[in-house]
Amino acid sequence: MKVTLHIWRQSQPSDRHAQSARDFQRDGRMVRYELDDVSPDMSFLEMLDVLNEHLIKKGEEPVAFDHDCREGICGACGVVINGVAHGPEKGTTTCQLHMRSFRDGAEIYVEPWRAKAFPVVRDLIVDRSAFDRVVQNGAYVSVNTGAPQDANATPVPKADADKAFDAATCIGCGACVAACKNASAMLFVGAKVSHFVHLPQGRVEREERARNLVTAMDEEGFGNCTNQYECEAVCPKEIPVRVIADMNREFLRAKVREE
Amino acid sequence: MSWLSSFWRTSIGGKMTMAVTGLLLFGFVVAHLLGNLQLLQGPDAINEYAKMLHDLGPLLWVARIGLLVVFVVHVVTAVRLSQANKQARPVPYASEATVQATMASRSMVLSGLSLLVFVIYHLLHFTLGVTNPGHFAMKTSGAGGFDVYAMVSNSFANPAIALAYAAFQLVLFLHLSHGIQSFAQTVGIHHKRYTPMIKTLSFLLALVVAGGNALLALSVQVGLVEVAR
Repeated sequence: MKVTLHIWRQSQPSDRHAQSARDFQRDGRMVRYELDDVSPDMSFLEMLDVLNEHLIKKGEEPVAFDHDCREGICGACGVVINGVAHGPEKGTTTCQLHMRSFRDGAEIYVEPWRAKAFPVVRDLIVDRSAFDRVVQNGAYVSVNTGAPQDANATPVPKADADKAFDAATCIGCGACVAACKNASAMLFVGAKVSHFVHLPQGRVEREERARNLVTAMDEEGFGNCTNQYECEAVCPKEIPVRVIADMNREFLRAKVREE
Repeated sequence: MSWLSSFWRTSIGGKMTMAVTGLLLFGFVVAHLLGNLQLLQGPDAINEYAKMLHDLGPLLWVARIGLLVVFVVHVVTAVRLSQANKQARPVPYASEATVQATMASRSMVLSGLSLLVFVIYHLLHFTLGVTNPGHFAMKTSGAGGFDVYAMVSNSFANPAIALAYAAFQLVLFLHLSHGIQSFAQTVGIHHKRYTPMIKTLSFLLALVVAGGNALLALSVQVGLVEVAR
């Protein structure tokens, strides 16, 4: 099959502290490529690999994009395809998206996650270390639990375990930020809060965690949730917006109980 | 006070401020509608209601100032949050798409600004009597207060004014249908069974409130209310 690609090319990294959009996007622009040897069985990233081989043969700079496991579990890949993070298939990462999801002759726009907190490193690769800094501020349990316990020594009701697990499936790809009309990270941070607050081990530090995670999120320059739920629609792990309500509730609780 | 201002400055604190002030404003809109529905009962009912409100004296001013404060906080917080949202994405997508966000949720800033313009016009029209001083010529009603019935019925006898008021109710409907359900999510109420109910309720409440207001605006045009001489 044939496709026409419009891909964001940017050779200089975005300046995180840029005041204007022009400084942020640097030399970035959309570039058009025609590709006529695409198999419908290729994954989206394999299609980009084919494009890159053509570019290398022509002596041009290949398109830089992030990827690692290509099994949909690592969270490294991710581009915005025709305006939708990870493309048209629901609950799918970019690497697990296949070209059969597009019609022959399709025009495909490929762009990086667009957010001030995710500056472009090159082409389609963005710097997601903002997520790491948020996680470092409390998305863990720091209480000492001693030697490994027997399994099931701490009983957790099934319903709570399910809620925690729904949130824990987050792979930190950043699609929620990319899809949000406000570039908000509240689905990601909500998942971290919700992941721990439904478990007895996580409840010990719940207030500190909610406060610290939200403070860290705000410092990174993400936007604010306006309950439009575009994040939930594109999340490859289909994390529900319930986790955002969990975070809101936890943050309020922590602030009210603040001494 | 410092706790409140530091809470307000956080992202979630700002959202919750929008939610709580929004709910208070919704409460006012409901009370406003219930009071004004007495227009349909004829001059005596609404004029007596108006006199009762005016006779509250200082209490009326407490309510007015309270309402103004809530309104200003709602608008100021909205400005702060939407500016931050704009800054959070400096470069827009070349290809934009929406998967599941509703039209109402996407137009909150626009519908909110439209409502701000409408509220200012509404106050100039009926509270301060600037735009139609002729309608505002304060006659004394049978109840002994202002003749609100005469003012309102004469205003809505003008098809342009009646249609403008009715049209703004569409905007109010959009704003409320997202706003009410948004309140629940923002304060942390989310439940498998209740959240769908809250969404339906949000739609219905917005429909009833905006529909009721539109009915009043068009009441003279459709012959429900007679113009006072």
